[in-house]
Amino acid sequence: MSGLELAGRAHAGALVLDLEITVAPGETLAVLGPNGAGKTSLLRLVSGLLRLDAGELRLDGRILDAAGGGGVPAEDRSVGMLFQDLLLFPHLDVADNVAFGLRAAGVGKDRARTAAHAWLDRFGLVDRAADPVQGLSGGEAQRVALARALAPAPRLLLLDEPLSALDTDVRGAVRRELRDHLRAHAGPCVLVTHDPLDAAVLADRVVVLEAGTITAAGLLTDLVARPRSAWSAELVGTNLILATACGTTLELRGGGCLIAADAPGDGPVLVAVRPSSVALHADRPRGSPRNVWEATVVGVEGFGDRLRVRLDGPIPLVAEVTVAGLAAIGASLGSGVWASVKATELTAYPA
Amino acid sequence: MSRRPRLVPVALAGVGGLALLVLVAIPMVALVARAPWSAVLDVLGDGANRTALRLSLVVSLWAVLLSMALGFPIAWLLARVDFPGRSVVRALVTLPMVLPPVVGGVALLVAFGRRGLVGQWLDRWFDIQLAYTTAAAVLAATFVSLPFFVVTVEAALRGADRRFEDAARTLGARPGFVLRQVTLPAIRSALGAGAALSWARALGEFGATVTFAGSFAGRTQTMPLAISDALDSDVRAAILLSLVLLTVSVAVLAGLRNRWLGAA
Repeated sequence: MSGLELAGRAHAGALVLDLEITVAPGETLAVLGPNGAGKTSLLRLVSGLLRLDAGELRLDGRILDAAGGGGVPAEDRSVGMLFQDLLLFPHLDVADNVAFGLRAAGVGKDRARTAAHAWLDRFGLVDRAADPVQGLSGGEAQRVALARALAPAPRLLLLDEPLSALDTDVRGAVRRELRDHLRAHAGPCVLVTHDPLDAAVLADRVVVLEAGTITAAGLLTDLVARPRSAWSAELVGTNLILATACGTTLELRGGGCLIAADAPGDGPVLVAVRPSSVALHADRPRGSPRNVWEATVVGVEGFGDRLRVRLDGPIPLVAEVTVAGLAAIGASLGSGVWASVKATELTAYPA
Repeated sequence: MSRRPRLVPVALAGVGGLALLVLVAIPMVALVARAPWSAVLDVLGDGANRTALRLSLVVSLWAVLLSMALGFPIAWLLARVDFPGRSVVRALVTLPMVLPPVVGGVALLVAFGRRGLVGQWLDRWFDIQLAYTTAAAVLAATFVSLPFFVVTVEAALRGADRRFEDAARTLGARPGFVLRQVTLPAIRSALGAGAALSWARALGEFGATVTFAGSFAGRTQTMPLAISDALDSDVRAAILLSLVLLTVSVAVLAGLRNRWLGAA
């Protein structure tokens, strides 16, 4: 099979990575996860800076690393890695940084610099070619680091938080540029990020890495609709509740009960409820909603032009309402409200 | 607010100032003040003195080259490879820094002298006699100057950010290329400082040299040995030759400050 295939175990300090991922040629896989989950270690593993304890790593069918010997050292893996801290060589000018990979591959000085200039031209930085890297702005340094990683024409691209160091005003522009470069890249790409927007714009698929293991894998839309962990739910801003299904009745751990439109199959289930689908009322609402309960407001936070209202009660979750909406029902911190969710607005799926 | 100067800083400044005055300033001023300037041309033009100066430069530069060539691998191993007995090796490497040089000279003599532990075999098998040759002077100077290079470079290798080497490897750089293009440039100031310190030490080497190599004009009599000799016969020459070494030392110090240590 072509592309990147990793199935194995490794350790980085106290953290044990135990995971399985595949990335097809031309595909970009986003790795999301909390700090310390092993995202950077995963990239070090694929690039050859960290070795497998068990299992196997292949690129286009060729074994890059295998427990018990064999494997290809980092310098022979044809990996383009963009480090979170960029790590531009401080003693080289911009062009020599970009030319570094070609020089390492034995390309002559003049040819390597010519190629570096061509890359800098594509990134709009050709006039900075002879400058020291210390004087670059964040966005410029990011582009130089990307040009340096791309210049040796790597078969595999690894990007570690490529946009996190940038100011918000340049982040959007660099993200768009990055998308174009990723489209032009024929090999697999692994992108580590903590921003779902990066995953949405740059990646074809996502995996969620938590404490060294993958807790969710699939399309970002799946992750948004059906998060599989508290961290994933938090990331995509939705409520996630553990329940036990019996037909369309979902018994919550805390004693509450919700009714789903479709039976998810009996047994333990996860219930995802988007905060914007939770309605708040001053009095018990009449009419259609079957999921109605009394709750106490225990927290209110601003969220864009809306408010996130944290509710306590039999069904603890977060509702998203407008400022006017909250004012209309006269609710404030500590007050009692009625909450409702339409059965069709909640997604229940086996845990 | 009381503007009374605090006692402790003043006392410390007094002690420090006195120490500087007595130990450094007065001796240096005396050297300059007592220099027989009228004899400068005589002394510096003297063939024997020029020979000693030339020999000193040759011996000390060889010592620095050997210290760098042998010291870098040692520094690299100590900084980068976690092998058993590393602390013992580090102690061995730094031993010549704390050892009285004359002890080093005796040790070299009984090791590589004509009847020495190793020297007898060098003599018997290869017809090599090291003791009392220029090579012995170089060996003695290397013995005392090597630790200065190793200690300086090891500290720099430890302090260098190894992630730059990781970055170089992902860009396809093999170990030799990484060393030349990333590691060495990152520690170049320490390489310079280590070389300068070990050169200064080699230039001033006396005890080990006089013991292991003797004081033979044109062969092993370097400047410090020549100065010591001159004190018995011609004090004026001793003072002027000392000034030459002082000038060289000050130049090294100035170079270190400006180029490598940063003007603090």
